[in-house]
Amino acid sequence: MQNMGIDVLFKGRNFLRLLGGLWVAVRISLISVAISIVLGILMGMLMTLKNRPVQILCRIYLEIVRIMPQMVLLFIVYFGTTRVFGWNLSAEYAAIIVFSFWGTAEMGDLVRGSLISIPKIQYESARALGMKEGTLFRHVILPQTVRRLIPLSINLITRMIKTTSLVMMIGMVEVLKVAQQIIEANRKSSPNAAFGVFFVVFLLYFLICWPVSRAAVYLEKRWAE
Amino acid sequence: MKNTLTGKIRTAAAGLGIAGLLLAGQISAVSVSADAGAAFRTLDEIKESGTVNIGVFSDKSPFGYVDEYGEYQGYDVYFANRIGEDLGVEINYVSTEAANRIEYLQTGKVDIILANFTVTEERAEEVDFALPYMNVALGVVSPEDAVIESLDDIGPDDQVIVISGTTAETYLVKNNPEIKLQKYDAYAEAKTAFENGNGVAWANDNTEVIAFSIENEGYVVGIPSLGSQDTIAPAVTKGNESLLNWLNDEIRSLGEEEFFHRDYEETLLDTYGKDYEDTLVVEGGAAPEAAA
Repeated sequence: MQNMGIDVLFKGRNFLRLLGGLWVAVRISLISVAISIVLGILMGMLMTLKNRPVQILCRIYLEIVRIMPQMVLLFIVYFGTTRVFGWNLSAEYAAIIVFSFWGTAEMGDLVRGSLISIPKIQYESARALGMKEGTLFRHVILPQTVRRLIPLSINLITRMIKTTSLVMMIGMVEVLKVAQQIIEANRKSSPNAAFGVFFVVFLLYFLICWPVSRAAVYLEKRWAE
Repeated sequence: MKNTLTGKIRTAAAGLGIAGLLLAGQISAVSVSADAGAAFRTLDEIKESGTVNIGVFSDKSPFGYVDEYGEYQGYDVYFANRIGEDLGVEINYVSTEAANRIEYLQTGKVDIILANFTVTEERAEEVDFALPYMNVALGVVSPEDAVIESLDDIGPDDQVIVISGTTAETYLVKNNPEIKLQKYDAYAEAKTAFENGNGVAWANDNTEVIAFSIENEGYVVGIPSLGSQDTIAPAVTKGNESLLNWLNDEIRSLGEEEFFHRDYEETLLDTYGKDYEDTLVVEGGAAPEAAA
């Protein structure tokens, strides 16, 4: 253990600081994921509309999100809005805006994919039974869509959690930044601390992402009926 | 059956929404300032607000780092603490990266950058530098049984180790093209190659080679400062004259009490030793004459 450098985590408040950094990462991703799911479902429904201008706008939005690195988006929202509009967004708000902007687009595309994968016969049968469009959507299409959506969105959510490490570029001290601080502050006394500390960070990310994917498996089974 | 399923989905969605709102409630409020014109805060505005925002490194020991109690420490931070004290305000430390230091100043998100910021002409067009408080130059380290004290000591067949992309490489290629270089991409590779005797000397930033010679027995820095002397200085947003003037006065008056020597002794002595104090420290904004 000595050689791995995990011991530096037990100096002073280091481990608590690491957990504090983890909470920053988790908080940003939880809020952004919640916003992305709600807006993403609306976005996905918009994308399936047979309305040319709406489709083009959605397409442009999606492509912007896909092409722009998240770091550029963070710089634009955090520094750019101050330069151009004089808004002084806190780093955390800037991060949530960027991650929700990204999550909504990707989530929307997933929702769109799930919606169009529902066979046409489902709509036709429901209509033949005399269901109104609203009832049809709520009781036939939506439940099937959500079920298909779960595995896909879990992938997105865990990716968002891991990408939060970029917020260090706008001055937020999250788990990875705390890890770097700890390693660097102890470079002389434990030159090998990088291995041990990053290993613990890996475990922490795993502990956050793993329950998310377990919960998804559970929900998939429960809702499969 | 379908009813209960949609019900569950709705409950889950509502739950997520509520969780989101609760979490959002914990975040400090956003402040939107109407005047987009003022990109910086003047000295009086800082004093009035009671807090100065200072951008420092949080992972560059021993200049700016965070200790195990979560407190900012280091040579830059020691100076920053004094600034806060003399301004009579609290300090809000902002953790900056090398790549976003200029951006922070230009948007006024910090008042002062004290993140080991080397003064260069290009940067001086973007931000205003105050008087310097530290020197950086190139240094050359060599084994103590074959010390290189000047570039003339390097034989025609000798090779000097450098790291690609560093100022040491650029300087030697430009000014001493006759010297054969052995280039490495990473710090660790260069260090190992040097320890194995692949080159007669290793040229790099003097802070790096000095730290190396102190941590490793049998090596001395024969040339502690080579080429153009660069300096490290505080920077403020371009045009923030009141703050710049205050900083310059502060640095001059701190020189009278040998403040930066004390700073060196408190923060850098363990890494660089007593011998390099006068090489690295700039007191009162001017380089000391005839350093030891």
